[in-house]
Amino acid sequence: MTDDLTRARTLLRVGGAITLLALLGAAGVYWLALNFTPTEASQGLAQKIFYIHVPAAWGALVSFTLCGLASAAYLFLHEPRIDRFAASSAEVGLAFAAVMLTTGPIWGKPIWGTWWDWDPRLTLTLLLFFIFLGYGALRSALHDPGERARFSAVIGIMALVLVPFIHLSVYLFRTIHPKPVVLRPEGPALPIEMLRTLLVSVGVFTLLYVGLVTMRYALGIARDHAEANAGGPDA
Amino acid sequence: MGEFFRVALAVAAKDLRLELRTRATILSAVIFAALVLVVFNFSRDPTAVAAIDLAPGVLWVTVAFASVVALNRAFTVEREHAALDGLRLAPASRGALFVGKALANLAFVLLIEAVTVPLAVLFFELPVATAGWGLPLILFLSSIGFVAVGTLLSAMAVKTRFGELMLPVLLLPFLVPPLIASAGATSRLLAGRPLSEVVGWLRFLTVYDLVFVTLGLLLFGAVIDE
Amino acid sequence: MPSPEAPLLEVRGLVRRYGRTTVLGGIDLSLGAGEALLILGPNGAGKSTLLRTLAGLARPDGGSVRLAGAPVAESRRRVGYLAHDSLLYDELTVEENLRFAARLQGPVDDGAIARALATGELTPQRDRLVRHLSRGQVQRTALVRALLHGPDLLLLDEPYTGLDSASAASLTAFLQGCIARGRTVILVGHHVDEGWEVVTRVAALARGKWILETPRPASPLETTTRYREALRG
Repeated sequence: MTDDLTRARTLLRVGGAITLLALLGAAGVYWLALNFTPTEASQGLAQKIFYIHVPAAWGALVSFTLCGLASAAYLFLHEPRIDRFAASSAEVGLAFAAVMLTTGPIWGKPIWGTWWDWDPRLTLTLLLFFIFLGYGALRSALHDPGERARFSAVIGIMALVLVPFIHLSVYLFRTIHPKPVVLRPEGPALPIEMLRTLLVSVGVFTLLYVGLVTMRYALGIARDHAEANAGGPDA
Repeated sequence: MGEFFRVALAVAAKDLRLELRTRATILSAVIFAALVLVVFNFSRDPTAVAAIDLAPGVLWVTVAFASVVALNRAFTVEREHAALDGLRLAPASRGALFVGKALANLAFVLLIEAVTVPLAVLFFELPVATAGWGLPLILFLSSIGFVAVGTLLSAMAVKTRFGELMLPVLLLPFLVPPLIASAGATSRLLAGRPLSEVVGWLRFLTVYDLVFVTLGLLLFGAVIDE
Repeated sequence: MPSPEAPLLEVRGLVRRYGRTTVLGGIDLSLGAGEALLILGPNGAGKSTLLRTLAGLARPDGGSVRLAGAPVAESRRRVGYLAHDSLLYDELTVEENLRFAARLQGPVDDGAIARALATGELTPQRDRLVRHLSRGQVQRTALVRALLHGPDLLLLDEPYTGLDSASAASLTAFLQGCIARGRTVILVGHHVDEGWEVVTRVAALARGKWILETPRPASPLETTTRYREALRG
């Protein structure tokens, strides 16, 4: 049992180191963005938030997708470690989604003249944010570890399946969100310096994801350990 | 296959019988829906906003909330005396149990709509005649989706201490896409547009239903089986 | 097809966990037709979990439970399970509850329902809501519900709880009839004398493991003594 705590401590240290590295990287991205990346002609300095908004959206998408895939895997394998990973990924996804949802309006106000716009990608992130808030609430309301894992896996899968429906339904509304500038068939429309900064930032956020999930996973081990020692079920 | 539907119908018939005997949930869901309609009416400045502009949104919010009230009931009846274990002991596929619970829920939601929609027509002077058969079709299609997702989620929510609160939190985000489709299609139809103009939304609802009914059949076992 | 000498119930290395707690730590058990096992054990020993796993309500985390050679999940019709809870609907009548349980198993036979009501001495109460029944009547309805489809393996979790002495005697007589017809019975109980007449084997569970597993000793007193010794260790 104490092996668990040793492992948790090691993972926490490793995750912490990766997170620290990623945060330094994020500072580096802004140093790059402010000093070496051209300022967008019509939007001015406000566009610089792009280098955090887009990678955060990317991070949220990666987190929720991996949570959904891990959820499907859990239902086949019933492996508690997969459940712990799915839960960690969902929680980190919430943090990224929160960053995306707060930087969006800050960017939107000066450029679009409105804090909020029901654009497909913003709405998708908002709804996923709500679904995974519910996911977290459900987890904390359940005490049977097996039940908690199965229920969250079902919601993780359902959320993944819902994504195209959200996108399609909201897309039919008029959108003022910038059209995709990187992933489009004709190739990126972004100036090469901006693209480079963006890609560095996406890399940094991916690293941040790895760091945070590792830390959250370590906490999951510690929590399970505490739960197991707090007493078993009524047999 | 006969086995599948025999079990599904037995479960659905049992739920209907239980509900008709107590009438507790359906009655409160209907009253709740009527009250929501009344409240909405007074939230509108009649000199600035025409009832017809607000009506599709009001109708669908009311239907969605009333459905949550009905869906909350679905598994509380199985929780008392561990009746769910009784279902799980049956030599039946989990899909059949899901369909049984979902069919009963569908009946309840349609019943609530049968009361709510005429009330909305009355309160908001909706020109339902212009909408024709499109409106019942939209109601039916969206109810299937509501119920498929709602049955799965309510089986989980009932295991928590504040299940009645947990269900809407889990369910409403999943209902947003079909609600967008339904409200959009409803407002077109009420504005006198032809049915052909909402075919896209109808297709959207049909695909949503197919996908989530399938998911329910596949995942219900993971929800109820330890 | 299982060979005729194969035991009806074959449990090997059964493990069931609750999170990281091991509730059942490797249970072996083999019972043939006409055998009746009484399982004793302190609270929290895993008795109910064992019964739920045998009934196919809980998935084993390790080992296997086979009924006539097949996994339980595929032979649910062979199992009758009486739980702590009645598994009944309060707002349905006794007969409606039984009919519903029967429909879950297969086509309903009116004669079987009538016979079941008679067996449970519930014919006068057939049209009463379960909500209005006495404790003993609820227990008898639950029992009849569990046995309705003629299962080969009866899993009874404290079946004598809530029964008066007359009902207890008729339950014992009923179980004797079942065993005579080649059914297999597992009883979980608190007292050795509960169902003593029908029992052929006795086992005791503590912390998820057998601490005693034996053919029925000569007397209840001897059983109690051996159980206490096993508990002490």
